[in-house]
Amino acid sequence: MNVANHVISARGLRKTYRNKPALDNTSFNVEAGRIIGLIGPNGAGKTTALKAILGLIPFEGDLKVLGMDPRKQRDELMNEVCFIADVAVLPRWIKVKEAIDFVDGIHPRFDRAKCERFIANTKLSPNLRVREMSKGMIVQLHLALVMAIDAKLLVLDEPTLGLDILYRKQFYQRLLEDYFDEQKTIIVTTHQVEEIENILTDVMFIRDGKIVLTATMDEVAERYTEVLASTDTLEAARALHPIDERTLPFGKNVLLFDGVPRPQLAAFGETRNPGLADLFVAIMKGTYA
Amino acid sequence: MNAVTHSARTHTEHKTNTFKWLLKREYWENRGGFVWAPLITGAIVCFLTAVLTVIGVVRFKSSGAANDLQFNGSLAEHARQIGGIGDTALMAGIILTTLVLAFVVFFYALGSLYDDRRDRSVLFWKSLPASDLQMVLSKATWALVLAPIFSVVAGVLIGIVLWLIIGTAAAAAGMPNASAIFTHANPLSVVGNMLTAIPVYLLWAMPAVGWLMLCSAWARSKPFLWAVLLPLLASVMVSMAGILPGININYGAIWYTLVYRGLFSVVPGSWAPASTAFDQNIQRAENANIQGPADLMNLMNVSNLDVLGSADLWIGAAIGVAFIGAAIYLRRWRELAD
Repeated sequence: MNVANHVISARGLRKTYRNKPALDNTSFNVEAGRIIGLIGPNGAGKTTALKAILGLIPFEGDLKVLGMDPRKQRDELMNEVCFIADVAVLPRWIKVKEAIDFVDGIHPRFDRAKCERFIANTKLSPNLRVREMSKGMIVQLHLALVMAIDAKLLVLDEPTLGLDILYRKQFYQRLLEDYFDEQKTIIVTTHQVEEIENILTDVMFIRDGKIVLTATMDEVAERYTEVLASTDTLEAARALHPIDERTLPFGKNVLLFDGVPRPQLAAFGETRNPGLADLFVAIMKGTYA
Repeated sequence: MNAVTHSARTHTEHKTNTFKWLLKREYWENRGGFVWAPLITGAIVCFLTAVLTVIGVVRFKSSGAANDLQFNGSLAEHARQIGGIGDTALMAGIILTTLVLAFVVFFYALGSLYDDRRDRSVLFWKSLPASDLQMVLSKATWALVLAPIFSVVAGVLIGIVLWLIIGTAAAAAGMPNASAIFTHANPLSVVGNMLTAIPVYLLWAMPAVGWLMLCSAWARSKPFLWAVLLPLLASVMVSMAGILPGININYGAIWYTLVYRGLFSVVPGSWAPASTAFDQNIQRAENANIQGPADLMNLMNVSNLDVLGSADLWIGAAIGVAFIGAAIYLRRWRELAD
């Protein structure tokens, strides 16, 4: 528990919107050099948590981001932190060259050459305005700007919303190849869990403003096991209290276990690591009920 | 500060000039209002003036009236009055662009802290290391300093064009001693006086610009309605309360404070009634014996600086500063608009 190693350390965060808690005594830590997926159903408090980290909203509780309080030291913090709050936020009037000039002019950690290299790989031209671009091109510009900033923490809130699958894949691919290193930390929220689970190092599930699961992907693989049970082993497997069960065609059942040793489960059928989406559904069961 | 030294070692950093780039940013976004609006208006007015003077000169010549142009009297006095035509043309150009300025500043201030919350681009600006203080001040600087300077420069250009058109037309029509329009004008006095209007505008328009920016930072929707209706309805309600017996209210002062100072102070020159020399200027106008354009010019080209002695201006400026301070606070914490 060395606080200095934590990029983010949150204790007892509270934030209420119209009597509905968006953050309810939320506590968590984020270490450097990780890619964390913050995953939760609509209205669970994901965006509120990110806004609190970025110092965009007032809240109660104790929060340190890179050792700073985002409420009081936001101006300093923004030298080290960058965020993409969905792709549609670039101003429609700005030209590619103006956007580059501006970020270069005000961000001490912006690497202009790097940004121009990223732009050169796209169809963006210096005089093109955002209002003339497709959504995919806007995200290419935004990503080129942000990836050229040597920030310690990058926050992505639904960064690929509304993009087609080619751009979505390209987005995460480039983040991994051209941006991420052990000095940097990325927090990302998305509904498209399947697309990011292979790049995440850590996962956090949030529900009703509370963190219900926080684990590294390795821990997730170790703790949760899916068993493909056939009809004759099904009853015996159920006795071990699976946290979720779903039926596949041809009479097979998939049972999801939490904390049951894998050799023990192997007796009931084929075992495998659960997908993040299935795990999410199992843990969030009853959220909308 | 340990974090900073540590980061300086592991990252390459370069120098930044945030405020300069914030000002450029405003220019990129609003050059249509700041630059093109006065220039296009001026071009249209110059064109219309040119067409009208050509028509006028042609009709004047064909009527044969030119032959009747006679002149008896002091040649020096005549030249002085004719020179006033040049000054009037110059001033007309500047007045034109300052009227455009009133509209530009009003709508610029009203949208300055609202539009980017509505189209969500505020989230992009806030993802960069520019403080809300700097962001709001860069916008106030445009509304109160840079846009007025642009306006006066554009006004002088347009005024010179009008001056040339009218001078040429006068000469073409055969006006005696028409060259006096150029030789006996006092352009430096006119332009100099207009330059003094720039710092006066900064102080005088502060409460109105501050109020508009405050509404812009605060409103979740329809900042125009909030900004205009609030002072208007407040004044109407106070006026209605006055119908009740036993209540004595100085309606004039309420309307003046809320509506005139709160909204109409974006109009350059609207400080004239507040000037300590206002009564004197009116008196002078009433007693004036106007013989020609130069005399008229004398009355119009009154000093802007007299108003600096009024408490009205300074109290307004202080309230304006408070409004802008509140706008900075709201900019920090207000979330997106609808």
